[in-house]
Amino acid sequence: MTEAKHFRLDGLINAAADGLKSSMKNGVRPSVLEVNGLSTAYRSQTVLRDVSFAAPEGELIAIVGPNGAGKSTLIKTVLGLTPSLEGSVTAFGRPISQVRTRIGYVPQRESVDWDFPTHALDVVMMGRYGRLGWFRRPGRKEKAIAMECLAGVGMEAFAERQISQLSGGQQQRVFLARALAQDADLYFMDEPFAGVDAATEKAIVELLRRLRSEGKTVIVVHHDLATVPDYFDSVLLLNVSVQAFGPTAEVFTEANLQRTYGGRMAFAAAAAGAARGAEL
Amino acid sequence: MISLWDSIAALASDPNLRWITLGCMLLGLSSGMIGCFAYLRRQSLMGDTIAHTALPGICVAFLLTGVKSLPVFMLGAVAAGILGTLAIRVITARSRIKADAAMGIVLSSFFGIGIVLLTMIQHSGDGSQSGLDKFLFGQAAAMVASDVSLMGGVSLVLAVVCALLFKEFKLLAFDPAFAKGAGFSVSLLDFLMQALVVTAVVAGIQAVGVVLVAALLITPAVSARFWTERLGRMVVLSGIFGMASGLLGAWISSQAHQLPTGPVSVLAAAAVFLVSVLFGSKRGLLTVRLTRRRARLNLQQASASSVKEAG
Repeated sequence: MTEAKHFRLDGLINAAADGLKSSMKNGVRPSVLEVNGLSTAYRSQTVLRDVSFAAPEGELIAIVGPNGAGKSTLIKTVLGLTPSLEGSVTAFGRPISQVRTRIGYVPQRESVDWDFPTHALDVVMMGRYGRLGWFRRPGRKEKAIAMECLAGVGMEAFAERQISQLSGGQQQRVFLARALAQDADLYFMDEPFAGVDAATEKAIVELLRRLRSEGKTVIVVHHDLATVPDYFDSVLLLNVSVQAFGPTAEVFTEANLQRTYGGRMAFAAAAAGAARGAEL
Repeated sequence: MISLWDSIAALASDPNLRWITLGCMLLGLSSGMIGCFAYLRRQSLMGDTIAHTALPGICVAFLLTGVKSLPVFMLGAVAAGILGTLAIRVITARSRIKADAAMGIVLSSFFGIGIVLLTMIQHSGDGSQSGLDKFLFGQAAAMVASDVSLMGGVSLVLAVVCALLFKEFKLLAFDPAFAKGAGFSVSLLDFLMQALVVTAVVAGIQAVGVVLVAALLITPAVSARFWTERLGRMVVLSGIFGMASGLLGAWISSQAHQLPTGPVSVLAAAAVFLVSVLFGSKRGLLTVRLTRRRARLNLQQASASSVKEAG
């Protein structure tokens, strides 16, 4: 209950207190990403209001909230892909623009044209472009890395396949392999589980756990409330502003979900019930 | 009637014509390469819009300077082209009008102004000597050596830039958000691409004309897509198709003096397109039909053998 009261306050003080609290809980675990008072708007509509949180290192973190809550916008704004009105973002203690090669990004699958004239391996190689920089072409080394990353998501047999001839789940895996090829320390994934079959979901979860075991931090926009406690260490409940943020076991409560999902309380309650069931 | 042999002999023996043809081929090469990226970014009509907005720029350049000089006309065309792109940007950003409608409005109004100015110039005293009307449909044969070198040189630079930035332009066309996340300046890349399109269009204005120059950006690229599923090959193929169109345009129009170069080049490109649609090895109608037939045969064989096994 103190949790709920705590997060009804917004702003910097809140974030600082939260950061302190989580670092106390986890021993000395530095945060890899610090978001302070981030706000943004689409035309006159506020999409994000005063969002602050500090992502602890080496965790799988879910961003959860109803449609239109600003989940994707939060990722894009943090990455500097869409402009913010106010607020600051630092990763590894520095502005995002200075640490781009340490950050990996998996956009929503629908964000690109899959009829583009290219094959799976080539898309994965794009993950190396950032490190290559301007003008330098990918060579044998990049190809070998890309092949390894494709194998990491069980897609090595499809390396030469034209991307429009891949299933939705396979396309998602190609995107994940591309992010692996970025060899980053902090990953942002925009709904990687959307519209994938059970096999791909399992492959993605295994991948996330492998990344965590390598000490990497992954922030995932997630839709399926029932799997949150099973998949994620921490959760950020978002509805324009931060409704709650912290370890899943503490924050993923019925009360917090109801607050986040507003009018759809019955749905949220059912999901939280399912979540508890899954935990037990 | 000129025989085919005579016209080939003319191409081989006339150094002036050879030079002009080479220039048009380089123009086709660079336009074809750049056009691939414009097509994949769904900006095929941008080139057409820029070309049409260039006409008033050329007219104003003539009215201001009073001289008929290709570099001056090119500057006017570039200025007007940039103005046109900015106008589209302002319209789409500040109102709810979508890009296609904005392009339609900007293209037609700029072109209208251009035609009015052109008519005024034609009817004025020395204006009729300006040869500005040739800019509508292009007349490669009328180009002087310095104009041809300018066009060929600019085209060559465009092709080289396009090849150097192949990786970056590919990423921009496929996934601009990822490109930005990976640390590339997407606004700079977008500007560069836009600049390449404007320059390619302006370079081709005298040879191919404002009305049809954009076809060299679109048609070879779309044709090439029917033959390959790899962007690199598509760019090379599109460049070759563009080169062939430029060659045929310059050559045929030089043989039949009443024919403007633009329409002939575009017809050549359209012929390549037709062949590609029908016989393209990846997406051509015939290939698609054969693949379906093979699939049906496989299906029938499979069911026949399973019936046999069951029996």
